[in-house]
Amino acid sequence: MTNSPARIAIASGKGGTGKTTLATNLAAYIAEQEEVVLVDLDVEEPNSGLFFKGDLIHEESNFKMIPQWDEPKCTFCGLCQKVCNFHAVLQLGPTILVFPELCHSCYACSELCPTDALPMISKRTGKLSDFRINNLHFVESRLDVGEEQAVPTISKTKQYSNENYAHLRIEIYDCPPGTSCPVIEATKNADFVILITEPTPFGLHDLTLAIETMRTLKKPMGVVVNRYGIGNDAVIDYCQKENITILAKIPNSRRIAELYSSGKLIYQEIPEVKELLSNILDYCLKASKGDIE
Amino acid sequence: MKEIVIISGKGGTGKTSITASFAVLGGNNAVVADCDVDAADMHLLMQPDFDFSEDFYSGELATIDANNCIRCNKCAKVCRFGAISIRSMQYVIDPLSCEGCGYCARVCPTEAITNKNRLAGKWYISNIKTGSIMVHARLGIGADNSGKLVAKVKNEARDIAFEERKDIILVDGSPGVGCPVVSSLSGANFVVLVTEPSVSGLHDLKRVYELVKKFKIKAGCIINKSDVNPKKRDEIVGFLAEENIVHLADLPYDENFTSAMTQGQTIVEYDQNSIKTLLTSSWERIKQLVINQNHNR
Amino acid sequence: MKIAFTAKGTVWDSMMDPRFGRTMFIVLYDDESRTLTSFDNGVVENEAHGAGTATAQKIFELSPDVLITGNGPGSHAVQALKQMNMRIFAEAHDMTIKQAFEKYKKGELKEI
Repeated sequence: MTNSPARIAIASGKGGTGKTTLATNLAAYIAEQEEVVLVDLDVEEPNSGLFFKGDLIHEESNFKMIPQWDEPKCTFCGLCQKVCNFHAVLQLGPTILVFPELCHSCYACSELCPTDALPMISKRTGKLSDFRINNLHFVESRLDVGEEQAVPTISKTKQYSNENYAHLRIEIYDCPPGTSCPVIEATKNADFVILITEPTPFGLHDLTLAIETMRTLKKPMGVVVNRYGIGNDAVIDYCQKENITILAKIPNSRRIAELYSSGKLIYQEIPEVKELLSNILDYCLKASKGDIE
Repeated sequence: MKEIVIISGKGGTGKTSITASFAVLGGNNAVVADCDVDAADMHLLMQPDFDFSEDFYSGELATIDANNCIRCNKCAKVCRFGAISIRSMQYVIDPLSCEGCGYCARVCPTEAITNKNRLAGKWYISNIKTGSIMVHARLGIGADNSGKLVAKVKNEARDIAFEERKDIILVDGSPGVGCPVVSSLSGANFVVLVTEPSVSGLHDLKRVYELVKKFKIKAGCIINKSDVNPKKRDEIVGFLAEENIVHLADLPYDENFTSAMTQGQTIVEYDQNSIKTLLTSSWERIKQLVINQNHNR
Repeated sequence: MKIAFTAKGTVWDSMMDPRFGRTMFIVLYDDESRTLTSFDNGVVENEAHGAGTATAQKIFELSPDVLITGNGPGSHAVQALKQMNMRIFAEAHDMTIKQAFEKYKKGELKEI
């Protein structure tokens, strides 16, 4: 048995299906019993924090490495511009311009420069914050305006949590929506992935893409159906056909929508939801340890 | 030719259902562009025939030719993304980790590495049930949504609208505040913001409106599920007034949105009552605002 | 004097391309020789990232005195273009190159 925490990632093919609601409720529910960390990896739109008011216990900047022009050393050979596939380095006559937001930190221009005129330096890309509300640790990163590369920040945020909360039993990741690179980065070292969807044609369509993505990554996964009762049974039928466990069906209710809209935790008001969370958690923990399948 | 973009910042606010309703109301005079390529759902309501499809390439991907590889390890040493590993004695690239920077190919002494265009998805032109045309796309798994596919979809829709002499391009915009949504907004004549009265709805509305302001595009707003939280709804209305955004409509929480969707219909086809009336008058208002804008120029 | 346009085609009646970075062509008018030359920007149009800076690099090589475009270059491209001694005019969309040129002469385009 390993001592590292069980990493549960909560993802969905499309936005607005209840990903953040599930992540915040699950984390708060666990925190009633034991210490837990919730990591918001939706670094472009971190929203989990809107549901918690905690004490800020740590804050640090996120950085990436970019080249910086050392003019006296430059011979204007043009190689840096030529090797940059991202057009982040331009040579305009007797000037070299570096565009930090476009740079992918591949180091090619810096290391291939024959006169070392482009040393790498670190540049701030955003901010990581770590909050505490009793047993609940909440970590989020926020990209600075204009920064577009979510992936390095996601990776850094996970690393922070892994280093600081390795002693806990459970880590929860609130992932970005979609199936593109940020989701891959957010889920790639998770032990179990919960996909949350709605029983509608849109929900089903996006769920199939999300399942395909998680299969590519070979992740054990389960589905939570939110707003169960609306739409049709196509999502349920699909999961059965594909042999994917449905972890819970959260009933459709106006009351839940109202609680969510005011930023309130749902399970504290609706006992039925509390029971569902307990079932989801049990399954995830067993599956993470490999006790299922 | 006028371009109307519908965006929401946050997912799940009903943006696509509303865009599809406008497409129906716009009829054969409105070309549709589904720029929400990450979760492209609009085709589920539009009965597209996928008349034309083409692969879409974006960025690069390194590949190693094992026959020319001398296993010198130089490529793996320079790769900052951990994309090159050795599997059964062969150097291989992990496509999900490769950023396409091309550094490995530049240091390879035997030219065993080449950069190829990366297949990032597919895009389509379809005839749809409104009698008009829709341009849509699907992004591949783990692909980089850089905004380039969004730009492609929009550009094709513009060309079609121009050739077919259509007056309106309706764009289902991308979520978030990043590069794709910037591409969705670029060149638009009017923006419809769809939001919901929740803590995150208002938060994301404010963030995405910052972008709209930068582009200096006139905007209107539809508050969906407005009766779920009257207090938040009033807060949103206050924000709209402050920013001089046209408050187009309040739509009540209505499960007919979902019922319509399960029938493959838009809400204006399915519902014959209040929602249909509200959306129809919003659409008329938008058209008016877009035309007036023209006179002022 | 040389004037550069971002355009979808290569003749006076071609439509302006509102995009800067991903413009299909750069069309250059030389008012001394009264000639129109065009440069295919298709390679840049296909770039996933950095289309703005890549096109700015091309503009630099062509070194026009005036640049006329549609939406206006993005912040990265503007930063690069500011290195050059050139006036930039935007908001020339939904019109032909010819119309954009007329508007420029009348001083009706917005300078960046």
